[in-house]
Amino acid sequence: MSMRRVAVVGAGMTRFVRRAMETPKELAWHAARMALDSCGLTLKDVGGVCIGSAPDAFDGVHMKGEYLSDGSGAWGKPVMRSYVGGGTGVFLGPHGWYHVASGLFDVVLVVAEEKMSSFHPHAQAAFLTIFDHTTERPLEPNLLWIFALEMNRYMQTYGISKRDIAQVAVKNKRNAADHPCAMLGEASITVEDVLNSEVLAWPVQRLDVSPVSDGAVAIVMAAEGVAERITDRPVWVQGVGWNLDTAYWTNRDLAYPEYVERAARMAYEMAGVREPRKEIHIVEPYDPFDYKELHHLEGLLLADRGKAPELTAQGVTGRGGAMPVCPSGGLLGVGNPIAAAGLMKVAELFWQLRGEAGARQVPGTPERGLAQAWGDLMQVGTVTILGTQRPA
Amino acid sequence: MMHPVAIIGVGWSGFRPVTPDVSYKELIYEAAVRAYADAGVDPRRDVDSFVTVSEDFHEGTSIFDEYVPDQIGGAQRPVHTITGDGLHGLAAAAMQILTGRFRVVVVEGHSKASNILTLPHITAYAMDPILNRPLRANPLAVAGLEACRYMHESGTTREQCAAVVVKNRRNALRNPAAAFGADLRTEDVLVSEAVASPLARLEISDHADGAIVLVLADAETAGRLSPRPAWIRGIGWANDSPSLESRSWARAVYAEQAAAMAYKMAGIGNPAEEIQFAEVDDTYAYKELQHLEALGLCSLGRAGPLTVEGATAPDGCLPINVSGGSLGVGHLLEASGLARVLEVVLQLRGQAGSRQLGDVYTGLAQSWRGVPTTSGAVAVLSNQLGGRES
Repeated sequence: MSMRRVAVVGAGMTRFVRRAMETPKELAWHAARMALDSCGLTLKDVGGVCIGSAPDAFDGVHMKGEYLSDGSGAWGKPVMRSYVGGGTGVFLGPHGWYHVASGLFDVVLVVAEEKMSSFHPHAQAAFLTIFDHTTERPLEPNLLWIFALEMNRYMQTYGISKRDIAQVAVKNKRNAADHPCAMLGEASITVEDVLNSEVLAWPVQRLDVSPVSDGAVAIVMAAEGVAERITDRPVWVQGVGWNLDTAYWTNRDLAYPEYVERAARMAYEMAGVREPRKEIHIVEPYDPFDYKELHHLEGLLLADRGKAPELTAQGVTGRGGAMPVCPSGGLLGVGNPIAAAGLMKVAELFWQLRGEAGARQVPGTPERGLAQAWGDLMQVGTVTILGTQRPA
Repeated sequence: MMHPVAIIGVGWSGFRPVTPDVSYKELIYEAAVRAYADAGVDPRRDVDSFVTVSEDFHEGTSIFDEYVPDQIGGAQRPVHTITGDGLHGLAAAAMQILTGRFRVVVVEGHSKASNILTLPHITAYAMDPILNRPLRANPLAVAGLEACRYMHESGTTREQCAAVVVKNRRNALRNPAAAFGADLRTEDVLVSEAVASPLARLEISDHADGAIVLVLADAETAGRLSPRPAWIRGIGWANDSPSLESRSWARAVYAEQAAAMAYKMAGIGNPAEEIQFAEVDDTYAYKELQHLEALGLCSLGRAGPLTVEGATAPDGCLPINVSGGSLGVGHLLEASGLARVLEVVLQLRGQAGSRQLGDVYTGLAQSWRGVPTTSGAVAVLSNQLGGRES
């Protein structure tokens, strides 16, 4: 069956900060306005709106999608909020794609907003309510603890050291020094800084973790035939994938994210990618913790199991390497307003593939990039593949 | 629609005011098993994607999509949540099929409202946190204010609103799944306790527990699997302003816009003639009347008199909420729109038992997300591709 092709034609983002003075609606509108301005459109050109935002518990707003709707440009328009926890931002790729590919919309505005600073004293406490109310919540688990479990398992399974993993934090925070919206860019950070930072839940230390952030990102997606009239350099959606594993996370081997592999295979099949290590030129995997970037590169089949740290050590994943990973600076460097951080990765691919990434621009002429996010209880993988070539 | 999409399976569990014997997972599992048996599909083999609808605060769990895959057979498959009404979920599933990359997509919605101890307090958290919440208004006051303005501009009376309650709860007596069937008189409604003037207790739907699962398929799969597909001829959804300060208080603008989108897709020019029966949101009695007018099924101010005259009764010329609606079935939180769709499908299949309407081929389902939102959706369904003419 012939499919209607879909392109990204514009993008915008706010600065990621620890505590934004704007309301969530205002953050959403700043990003939406920038995305529209970037491609010369106004709200009149927008047929529908897709919203992404992670738990309502962060800002204590019930039905947050309804609250955000006018700020996201959806007053008097069809609007839908999709939700897969931390995977939400990159899921907006598939969400916006199916709106347009269905034939129901020619142009959609896709907005991700997160304001975590409203939660006092710290958004971490909101995560207590993600656990099973009967079997887990009575243990008062903390999200850092389950990441510590997973990081331990990953290190133990493959014999990976803390030093191997710390290189990821260093790379991404250095990359972020070139990002005008970044919160934790630091050009001179070293592995020793990471290894000497405060222990939060062993083996997780403060600089292994992305920060709590406020921010918003928006992109504009358009159908073939429309996209080419909006811009002479549309960036095409070549593949999308998503996959949700069982809620019983304690029953799976945390050493390998099988759900990410399944999401990636779905996207590769759609994109016609047979050899991802050769055909994916830029990667923006989800890096809320430094080991997660490695874990996800393996799940995406871009590194052998347990071997992603070697790629990092060899510089392959550096901005000037053979396979740049998180040239944006990632969540570790730019910041992690959950859903917005995921869509930031999609926006980064858009800018990189158009050669508009400024000081962050990777060398050469990359033709295809992959953004991936992860979320829920070590459970969901979401993938968006963008490329300069219009899909066949 | 360019490539038609059909509902080929329905399953439900409930609907009861309390369900202490089953968890939400068991409710969903029961509905899913029935829907898959009805459609003749194996979720582990035949379903390409799953869409669920929920709101975290109703579940008491953040990132609730974590807890949906197992009981719908969706683990390690494409599953995602829409934080919307079930009709928004239906639209998401239909769009996935329309891309051409998915053949069979499942939609799930549920309510375990009996687990929520303080639902009005939860709803209050949907008020704008900066501009409105400091007023500490009970969200039902928003419905009361809107009812006032709607009744003023349309000339609708309290008796006409009460007639909606009498009709829908009587209709529910013929629906074995309905939780709140009752034989009431208009007077009973009018003298019930005032809650948010002019709304009285019996004009406000009570909540019920339950789950609904629908199986959607593309035309080829539907033709292969289903002897009685219900075709989605049109679907639409829209929001008016979420802000109390800038919305319309008399008209359901969201329903007007969602209907316009669905009618355009379905090629319906004159809904009052082409829609034979409808299941519309009746969270509050006045909402059924306001929505009928917004949907173009009658003109402004006519829905009340038509109801009193019996035109919207099951034996009238435009049967509305034959299932009993939310007033009679029970309000099912995010699954409410799916309950409206479920009844339309059963009627189109001729499976509505003692409440079956004669010779129907086109019906409409409509939803609203409740106070303080201005969010709604509409679906037009038919048991004949392209309506009766084809």
